[in-house]
Amino acid sequence: MSNTVIKVEGLGKKYNLTKKNTLAYVSLRDSLTMYAKRVGEKIAHPFAARPSSAPASKNEFWALRDVNFSVAQGEKLGVIGHNGAGKSTLLKVLSRITEPTTGRVSIKGRVSSLLEVGTGFHYELSGRENIFLNGAILGMRRAEIKRNFDAIVEFSGVEQFLDMPIKYYSSGMTVRLAFAVAAFLNTEILIVDEVLAVGDAEFQKKCIGKMDEVNHKEGRTVLFVSHNMSAVASFCGRGLLLEQGSVSSVGDISSIVARYAGGGGESGSSASFPPGFHGDDEAELIEVNIKKESGQRAIDFAITEPIRISIKYRVKQENASLTPGIFLTNSTGERVLLSKDAPFDGDGTKKTSRGVYLASCVIPGNFLNDGMYAIGLEMTTMTQAVSHFYVPNALSFMVLDNMENTPTRGLYRGPFQGVVRPLLKWDSEKIS
Amino acid sequence: MNLSDESFILKLKIAVLKALKGSDGDGYYDMIIEPNKTASAFLIELIRYRELFFFLAWRDILARYKQTVLGIAWSVLRPFCAMLVFTVIFGRLAKFPSEGVPYPVLVFSAMLPWQYFSNALQESSGSIISRSAMITKVYFPRIIMPASTVIVSAVDFLISFALLAFLMLWYGFLPSGYIFFMPMFFLLATISAAGIGFWISALVVKYRDFHHIVPFMVQFGLYVSPVGFSSSVIPERWRLLYSLNPMVGVIDGFRWCIQGEGSPLYLPGLAASVVMSAALFWSGAKFFRRTERFFADFI
Repeated sequence: MSNTVIKVEGLGKKYNLTKKNTLAYVSLRDSLTMYAKRVGEKIAHPFAARPSSAPASKNEFWALRDVNFSVAQGEKLGVIGHNGAGKSTLLKVLSRITEPTTGRVSIKGRVSSLLEVGTGFHYELSGRENIFLNGAILGMRRAEIKRNFDAIVEFSGVEQFLDMPIKYYSSGMTVRLAFAVAAFLNTEILIVDEVLAVGDAEFQKKCIGKMDEVNHKEGRTVLFVSHNMSAVASFCGRGLLLEQGSVSSVGDISSIVARYAGGGGESGSSASFPPGFHGDDEAELIEVNIKKESGQRAIDFAITEPIRISIKYRVKQENASLTPGIFLTNSTGERVLLSKDAPFDGDGTKKTSRGVYLASCVIPGNFLNDGMYAIGLEMTTMTQAVSHFYVPNALSFMVLDNMENTPTRGLYRGPFQGVVRPLLKWDSEKIS
Repeated sequence: MNLSDESFILKLKIAVLKALKGSDGDGYYDMIIEPNKTASAFLIELIRYRELFFFLAWRDILARYKQTVLGIAWSVLRPFCAMLVFTVIFGRLAKFPSEGVPYPVLVFSAMLPWQYFSNALQESSGSIISRSAMITKVYFPRIIMPASTVIVSAVDFLISFALLAFLMLWYGFLPSGYIFFMPMFFLLATISAAGIGFWISALVVKYRDFHHIVPFMVQFGLYVSPVGFSSSVIPERWRLLYSLNPMVGVIDGFRWCIQGEGSPLYLPGLAASVVMSAALFWSGAKFFRRTERFFADFI
């Protein structure tokens, strides 16, 4: 491929973990004592093959291992993966912040990376001064910043406060200013980490729009990392899924997102837990699964389909008063709902006997908006406000809107706002 | 030749890279990221990031005295107070010889380069760890950090230099014609401070101990450098050894520039100081370049 602009071959990054399993810095004294010990041992046993204090306690950790992929010019690649899968390390290697241990990356064109918004912002300096400073840190030339200055200010929407130290800015204003500078980077390759997550939803859209605009106009290549699956899915054409430091699959973004959401097909539709993993001496979680109404296990649901969530749990004490509950969190981290099986019989408690129980509930179709959701589980004794287990991220599923036969949508084709999208009953009548 | 022309730099880079790597079948790549890569185009990189260098210095200068009542006056006040103390204690009470020069001028002409050196050293030594957020989030040649903080101290120096001029005017003291050599000694101080700064800023990333060594060095250095006295009080046979402290050459040089023949230059000593600071600068830059690629992992 002649239009390959990023070529990654056999890339690996190793970290040495110290005894405490941290990357803590070393004190000079430790190094000196270790050195002295070795020298001492060498003197005492000059013919020993190796000093016995050799770093046996050293643990190696490969954050990236044999990563291979390439990106064509103008492509928008979404890099996804669970926490600790190596996304950030990959971006750091690509932006030259840290050096790889093995392998090689070849890059054609200028790269700018946006791993954080407002890197180098100084809170005592004014907005104007910070635009220049941040621009320079991101690799823009002074003339370039000057040329785009008015556009940057306009995009950020902080005109009135331009000469005020940014320590008086609200956090939203600071982020907007920072992103406005970044939006005007005109390098051929842009690497963006989870930075969009900090802005408000309106501004996120504006930023993605701006990035899209720049991309279409100039054929810029973008590498985008985010946990916000709907943002990745709407912005990127191709996806790369990282698992434990290696590329587990590359391909069309929607298939990659689906794979990420479920670990592929049905396999993400249930999770079981060993005894004692989640729970205490009253109750413990055994299994959770999600199904369609037909009973088929799934992780992708059409927006019209009901979703059945079932929790299997063990009650370990007689007369326990237990209330299972579920909660849903969307991809922007918002809590969408909390629901408890709380039948208030008599004194507000329900006594259960020892045994295994299955509690399930149905989230109706035409209720959630499209996007990705994480299912959280909890078991509480409400009368005493005791929590027996609390699992915020037990499973996740996607609600998909195929835009056809979606009663909540009608003929409208644009993005549909709102945390939920219930199908409400409307009455319209002529009154005069 | 227009250095600000991006395409010129790009062409230069292509030329350098082609010479070093040759072009492969896939065509030419601007950048190859590999382990243990010795950045062949380090100087080009520095030219490309020169604006950032000045921006960082500019930021620190701007930010330094924001939200202070006295503002920029601080950079005058600090050496002035130190000069006052030295004048009273050594000049008036201990009655050190002042070689026919007003004692405040004698002290101040040594105080200035010393203040510059110690400020530059302190600032540059902590420059990497105090900006760890930038190190882990964005790439640029890391050596810009300690180097730009030296510039900040240089601006302070220039401000307090005005105070020295005022002092000389006050005492009606005319400096010798050698004053035109002063930039050379200023450069010598810059090189020594930057050299030690490179060493320590890189070492601090891994060994935080060095952070505690710097204040000690600065305090100790004040007494072993000829700030409160003239280096002519050092016995002749120790003088060359004494001049291995690069600040001896700098301070003696400053005195010579102002007092002229009243404070003759000890040339072997100056040579020793120059060699020492050049060695510090060169080895410091080399050590810094060798370790900078691990900064983001250790910081």
